[in-house]
Amino acid sequence: MTHRVWRLPADIDTDALAPGHAMKHGIDVIAKHCLEAVRTEFAREVRPGDVIVAGPNFGIGSSREQAAAVLVQLGVAAVIAPSYSGLYFRNAFNLGLLLLTCAEAESLQEGEQVSLDVDQPAVRSADGRVLACEPVPAFLMEMVRAGGLLAQLRRRFKDQPDKAST
Amino acid sequence: MNADARAPQTLAQKLIARACGRDQVAVGEIVTCGVDLAMFHDSSGPRRLQPMLEELGAELWDKSRVVLVMDHYVPERDEDSRRIVRIARDWARDQALPHVYDSQGICHVVVPQHGHIRPGMLCVGGDSHSPTGGAFGAYMFGVGSTEMLGVVVTGQIWLRVPETIRLWWDGALPAGVTAKDMMLSMIGRFGMNGGRYQAVEFCGPAVTALSMQERMTLSNMSAELGAQAGLIAPDATTAAFLAEAGVPAVDTAPWFTDADAAFELHRFDAAALEPQVAAPHSPANAHGVSRDAGTPVDVAYIGACTGAKLDDLRAAAQVLRGRKVAAGVRLIVAPASLHDQDRAREEGVLQALLDAGAELYPTACGACSGYGDPMGDVTVISTTARNFKGRMGSPNARVYLGSPYTVAASALRGCVADPREVLA
Repeated sequence: MTHRVWRLPADIDTDALAPGHAMKHGIDVIAKHCLEAVRTEFAREVRPGDVIVAGPNFGIGSSREQAAAVLVQLGVAAVIAPSYSGLYFRNAFNLGLLLLTCAEAESLQEGEQVSLDVDQPAVRSADGRVLACEPVPAFLMEMVRAGGLLAQLRRRFKDQPDKAST
Repeated sequence: MNADARAPQTLAQKLIARACGRDQVAVGEIVTCGVDLAMFHDSSGPRRLQPMLEELGAELWDKSRVVLVMDHYVPERDEDSRRIVRIARDWARDQALPHVYDSQGICHVVVPQHGHIRPGMLCVGGDSHSPTGGAFGAYMFGVGSTEMLGVVVTGQIWLRVPETIRLWWDGALPAGVTAKDMMLSMIGRFGMNGGRYQAVEFCGPAVTALSMQERMTLSNMSAELGAQAGLIAPDATTAAFLAEAGVPAVDTAPWFTDADAAFELHRFDAAALEPQVAAPHSPANAHGVSRDAGTPVDVAYIGACTGAKLDDLRAAAQVLRGRKVAAGVRLIVAPASLHDQDRAREEGVLQALLDAGAELYPTACGACSGYGDPMGDVTVISTTARNFKGRMGSPNARVYLGSPYTVAASALRGCVADPREVLA
């Protein structure tokens, strides 16, 4: 399976991903405003399975996890960037959004089709280059595969209520 | 292992080791810590936590360790904000939460003023400026709502033991230069992710000399440095502040970085620092005030946890007392807490600001978060922490960041101005 690349610049902040004026709404409405100040067509034209490839410091700013949830809502398969805000990094995995830390991310082009090797992890570009990504701790990969922290807690509390009190 | 055989540890390592029940921890280890305090507000808290808690059928792990602050959507301005605040109030009542501060001010200021954050604790906050708590020698950091859900149902959180970046300030700050200027200069130098999500520790004589509220400004803007935590070793200044907040006899002694611990060190000279201004649209776009001096401004905003504490209001009043803001400039003052507003009133600080032409806004996050009083297509100079495009409302707003001295001086002149010229 390949993924279409949306190429974004460095320093994409949480206000760009989830604008303050939309924060009083639910995630479906916030998603319509995602990146409106950076790429006006993004929310309208992004398709499930697309990936975002950005410059360094993706997700800097606020703790608002809606900035990660909007990308899950819009079906973004992964974000690939040389670095992230640490707080955004935690939020993304908690929400089930895969972030790949890739030093050479910026060599990928707008619109190209890439494939992901999540186990390595690595990104394969349209011209066949394999871009290595930093390893992701196993418990975070597990969290993403489970669909996020809420899904894991659901398993712990709802499906095994005897554990809820421990 | 006895204490003598312990490897040298940074303050961050000592705090995390205590929280995970160990003698020591090594940088890079992933550990699970017990949480001493979980703070959240009307935006990040109940409206998101309540449905998830209900779905899980789970209870709060320890209500005495939870603090809820209504600060983002108060005062309510429309049906949506009324709904969000109502959820918070109803939930606080249903849960019989013991620590709720409704419309008292901004969480990062109100919570320490009630003595909830003390040296040695590990705290999480549902807000990115939660590193403010590090000013009290607590390891405090921000998390999103889902992670907060995990905390409030388990009482635990994972951490990667961070490296420590010590930011050492020698000398003494000149008149009219503040902690805000120190932070803007460091963010300008290292960038918004220069902290690499490690722990920064502010130290040196110029830091030790700061008041508690000025120290809070340093730790607060660790968020804009991209650090996970912004620590300051607690001392007599910390203890005195907490005593006033009703916490007698805190033990500050254990909480410092061992001299031979491993850390990265950067040294700065406070005496050589000039007032700093960050131009649109990034806090990292910071330079000495002279670069932007003369740029006309429409609004001067003194607000937020970063820039409207009592010490900030005092600084602004020092510039504005007996003077009037320039024609056509709006000066907005939104004190960070009712406590600070009351003190400012008692001291005559508030009157000096009002006499200069200030409009008094509610003690809430307001325009800083773009939630309450969004700005239109104007040029703003602000004491807040962030000037991202669209942050304060309109994507066409141009926001400059500066200290309360600089914002007050700019209000007087009608353009970005060096406060030292006014104070001289």
